[in-house]
Amino acid sequence: MAHHPDHDPGTGQYAYEDGNALAGPLSEILTVDPTSALGRCTGCGSRWPLAHLHVYAQAPGYVGRCPDCDQVILRLVRSPDKAWLDLRGTVALTFRLGP
Amino acid sequence: MRHVVNNGKECTFGERRHGMAIVSRGFRGRPGDTHHKLPPGQYETTDFPVLSAGPTPRVDRDGWELTVRTETGARHSWNWAQLMALPSQTPTVDLHCVTKWSKFATEWQGVSLDVLLEDVETAAEFALVHSYGGYTTNLPLEDLLDGQAWIAYRHDGEDLAPEHGGPARLLVPHLYLWKSAKWVRGIQLLLEDEPGFWESAGYHDYGDPWREQRYQGD
Amino acid sequence: MARAAVPGRLGDRLRWKTARLADRRPESPAAHTLVFDVPGWPGHLAGQHIDVRLTAEDGYSTQRSYSLASAPDGERIELTVQRVTDGEVSPYLADELAVGDLLELRGPVGGWFVWRPEQKEPVLLVAGGSGLVPLMAMIRVRRAVGSRTPFRLVYSVRAPEDRLYVTELSRDDPGLDRTFLYTRSTPPQWPRPAGRLTAADLTPAGSPPDLEPTCYVCGPTGFVETAADLLVALGHAPDRIRTERFGPSGG
Repeated sequence: MAHHPDHDPGTGQYAYEDGNALAGPLSEILTVDPTSALGRCTGCGSRWPLAHLHVYAQAPGYVGRCPDCDQVILRLVRSPDKAWLDLRGTVALTFRLGP
Repeated sequence: MRHVVNNGKECTFGERRHGMAIVSRGFRGRPGDTHHKLPPGQYETTDFPVLSAGPTPRVDRDGWELTVRTETGARHSWNWAQLMALPSQTPTVDLHCVTKWSKFATEWQGVSLDVLLEDVETAAEFALVHSYGGYTTNLPLEDLLDGQAWIAYRHDGEDLAPEHGGPARLLVPHLYLWKSAKWVRGIQLLLEDEPGFWESAGYHDYGDPWREQRYQGD
Repeated sequence: MARAAVPGRLGDRLRWKTARLADRRPESPAAHTLVFDVPGWPGHLAGQHIDVRLTAEDGYSTQRSYSLASAPDGERIELTVQRVTDGEVSPYLADELAVGDLLELRGPVGGWFVWRPEQKEPVLLVAGGSGLVPLMAMIRVRRAVGSRTPFRLVYSVRAPEDRLYVTELSRDDPGLDRTFLYTRSTPPQWPRPAGRLTAADLTPAGSPPDLEPTCYVCGPTGFVETAADLLVALGHAPDRIRTERFGPSGG
């Protein structure tokens, strides 16, 4: 079995899920599906749909990390009346739209 | 931690809602215990939830180092043996997490920041705490002093587990728990406040649970 | 004019809707399917999920995500919820929520982990435990639209009693190939010994990599990491492997 550095031998669990978990929270802000939007890591240059991010949801907000180098790509915090979205880890996002 | 359902992804920032909410009959959520005085909006838990913004760093004690850097660039460092040689305390404190759980009477062992900062010369008023793994959090320097903060390395009589911040974490229990940085490796003393990881994404700069300072503007 | 032509464009923003439990049925000792009526439900794609929000009398509120289990059916949707011991939400949903009770949900959301009937390539579904739920929606949509696209399901569970949708998956469904594997205990005389997913479980005739199937993998994060690695090692192109992981959240 491949070794994954994110696997937590202390708990026997993986602490992350993936970018599919961002579909609901980001759809509050964006009008098109966020999980199939394509991004590119400012750290290692890899490209992926947001669905591939490793998402740490057991935290004060959502943290999406690059699946290849673990750099923080996005953070999303929701208070009762505001949302903060930080996308510092991706060069841009590409959305597929209809005509 | 409990395990998962289906793909039941928890929204960790549970909220207390008023007004138009639809109440689900018979849903009680977290069992409440009112023996303790809770800060506003908090509920009591007896387990110790693991919250993490990234992979758990594996920090070897042999390579561990804590560095305090002042605004002039002066550095003060302690390796693991040096930290262990310092006088320790065993505070029993209450923890309040911004995700709304509070855990009472937790037992720790660690070195008071008063000891570590005793010989540090600085005019700084703010601190930015750095962790292995890249996490940061900011707080006023005075909140690290006067018996309010520790570099903690034992919890409940055992070495601090990696998922709870081991080998050593900051413990500042009078502020929300995100200020108590796990896997602490450095404290940068600053003349101007500089927001940390969560503070730059909407969370409050100070984070007093008794004033419910969760988000910017609270 | 545009405003009149597309009334309430901003109203398309994701909002919470009130759902009423219309029916419930057991799927396994630990899992129930919940059937909800959702006024204004816009329809959904197989693989999409919803967020559920529960609020207690005292105002305490919490959220979970659940995959949709059913094919589109008007304003009716189905979820399958597996009870997790000591969980905060799943025991309530699996055991307590009664027909007629209300909860809030929003969705459908997610556009990456979906199967659309217009896709013509073969499909390989790999499910770990309750990760079967969104894949079952794909199987159901395929059947509902009369698609002839070849599907192959590899379904890993701990023990026979953990299987979901047993009766439905035993029924004749032309073009759907099914492989069950067990990690802890098997049915009597089962040819494959109990054990974790291996490359051999993913290789039998049906969906070799040169047919370029789209692979959908869903389950706990550890299962998905293993399955995705095995598929890549077998020669499946990474961009044909779609994954959905569920993490260490509190049930």
